[in-house]
Amino acid sequence: MGGSSRIVEVEGLRLAYGIKEVLHGISFAIDRNEIFAVIGPAQSGKTSLLRCLNRTTDFIPSATVSGSIRVDGDDIRRVKDVFGLRRRVGMVAPLPVGLPMSIYDNVAFAPRCSGMTAKRELDDIVERCLTQAALWDEVKDRLSSLGTALSGGQQQRLTIARALSHQPEILCLDEFSIAIDPVTTMRIEDVLKGLRREITIILVTNLVQQARRLADRTMFLWNGEIVELGPSEIVFSDHPADRRTYDYVNGIFG
Amino acid sequence: MSAVPLTPGGAAAERRPTRSTLSLLGERVIEALIKLSGVSAVIFVVAIFFFIFREAAPVLWSKDFHILEFLFSTEWYPTSVSNVRYGTLALTVGTLSVTAVAIVLAVPFGLGAAIFVSEFCSPKLKETLKIVIELLAAIPSVVWGFVGLTVMSKIIVTLTGTAVGVNLLNGGVILALMSVPIIVSIGEDALRAVPDSYREAAVALGATRWQTVYRVLLPAAKNGLLAAVLLGVGRAVGETMAVLMATGHAVHIPDGLLNSVRTLTANVAAELGEAPAGSSHYRVLFLTGVLLFWITMVVNVAADLVVRGIRRK
Ligand SMILES: Nc1ncnc2c1ncn2[C@@H]1O[C@H](COP(=O)(O)OP(=O)(O)OP(=O)(O)O)[C@@H](O)[C@H]1O
Ligand SMILES: [Mg+2]
Repeated sequence: MGGSSRIVEVEGLRLAYGIKEVLHGISFAIDRNEIFAVIGPAQSGKTSLLRCLNRTTDFIPSATVSGSIRVDGDDIRRVKDVFGLRRRVGMVAPLPVGLPMSIYDNVAFAPRCSGMTAKRELDDIVERCLTQAALWDEVKDRLSSLGTALSGGQQQRLTIARALSHQPEILCLDEFSIAIDPVTTMRIEDVLKGLRREITIILVTNLVQQARRLADRTMFLWNGEIVELGPSEIVFSDHPADRRTYDYVNGIFG
Repeated sequence: MSAVPLTPGGAAAERRPTRSTLSLLGERVIEALIKLSGVSAVIFVVAIFFFIFREAAPVLWSKDFHILEFLFSTEWYPTSVSNVRYGTLALTVGTLSVTAVAIVLAVPFGLGAAIFVSEFCSPKLKETLKIVIELLAAIPSVVWGFVGLTVMSKIIVTLTGTAVGVNLLNGGVILALMSVPIIVSIGEDALRAVPDSYREAAVALGATRWQTVYRVLLPAAKNGLLAAVLLGVGRAVGETMAVLMATGHAVHIPDGLLNSVRTLTANVAAELGEAPAGSSHYRVLFLTGVLLFWITMVVNVAADLVVRGIRRK
């Protein structure tokens, strides 16, 4: 624990797939316990940015990363235990990926990978995380049925529960609501608001309204560069710092 | 009122492409052909069984043949002048034991190699390995028989100090070497078919590579991996030439890995040429074929039930 108010510090981050650079040296910082939204048109590099944060870029042979990313003061290029890093940074992918196992096993997956075996503890984690993801009531009677047999929206909440199961300090949500109906989306948004007392949330979203509702600060990423970063009230106001932000938020381009 | 008429014969309807009767007919024909090829597979199996059985059947009623002796006696003296006996138990046990040795060696080795090729090695090494494995799968069985007869038997003699190197162990090893390439290439296909999103999800949850393999990939690919094992084992059960050369060909229930054995298939291959067509010996050999047919069928059905059981779980 650095004790500083900055939980993520990114400096001069460049990411290229082969010769194609998609992040052109961006710098920003994220405060502890804030909800930080990243908005931007398709292809602007939002998902790629998240991949850098938990170092899943390691699995893309063509990806080269430069610049520095600090999580809690630790340079993630240098962390010894990259698996531990990935547990500190929870990730929810845009399309739900129910692993081919039971609902219970899906949520217990990460704790088991880090060596937890006690049934009681696992039971507690499963119940807590499913409740936090607003899914417990719907599945509590069939925890042993296949996770892939749930509806799309339920699977997405399952992936949220799964991401919470290893008690991350940072939770990254990549367009989590594209498979969820509006009512459930609102329920999860409430959950996120409650969670921020404990963790930091990075919310990548295409729904401008969602960012406006939830985020303390919003970053507008465009073609791999930061156009604007500031408090949501300003970014979504009639007079953001950059004209392009206003155009994007109001649907004039992109 | 708009000037455009909404009748079916209007301009819009003319522009809409309709399928010609010819293409509809073509579709019917293709459908029928596909159905035919599906049905023909069944017809071929039944026909093969029928013709083998027809050659074998007359012996069932002959006086020097008893079905119980055929199944449960170890005495195989088909050319004895005074007392012919057709007992195939030793041969059945020979087939089963060679197959068992091959499975024990080939399954862990083959699945391990499949996992390595698909998950752990670099793309370049992967390409090379796949070419080598396909090459291995294409080696004719008689060549494997040579390897058993010369190389493997020498190795076994030096390592164990036994007198004869052609035996149950040798046959099992050779069969294992023959089935491994099949298990690897089909198993690798099965693992590759697991969507990358599963790997990403597991890794993002902090799983190590090995945890990803055994907690996510193996369960996800289990049907394909079982198919790989079954096809590999299938090759072992039916293999003839290589085991004929590598097992030593002695009719005898083995009591150790270093005993010589004879398999049902090798026995047919070795004796059919000398048995006069239509003689009892000739017909019993065909009956051996029927027995082999049943053994394969039982193995397949059992495996299918196992697969279904696992799938339901
Ligand atoms: N694995 C990869 N290999 C090569 N190029 C990639 C890879 N992943 C993404 N890209 C490229 O990087 C660029 C940015 O993609 P990214 O997925 O980060 O965009 P995004 O902002 O998340 O878009 P969306 O809103 O559509 O999800 C795109 O041009 C994409 O084609
Ligand atoms: Mg994206």
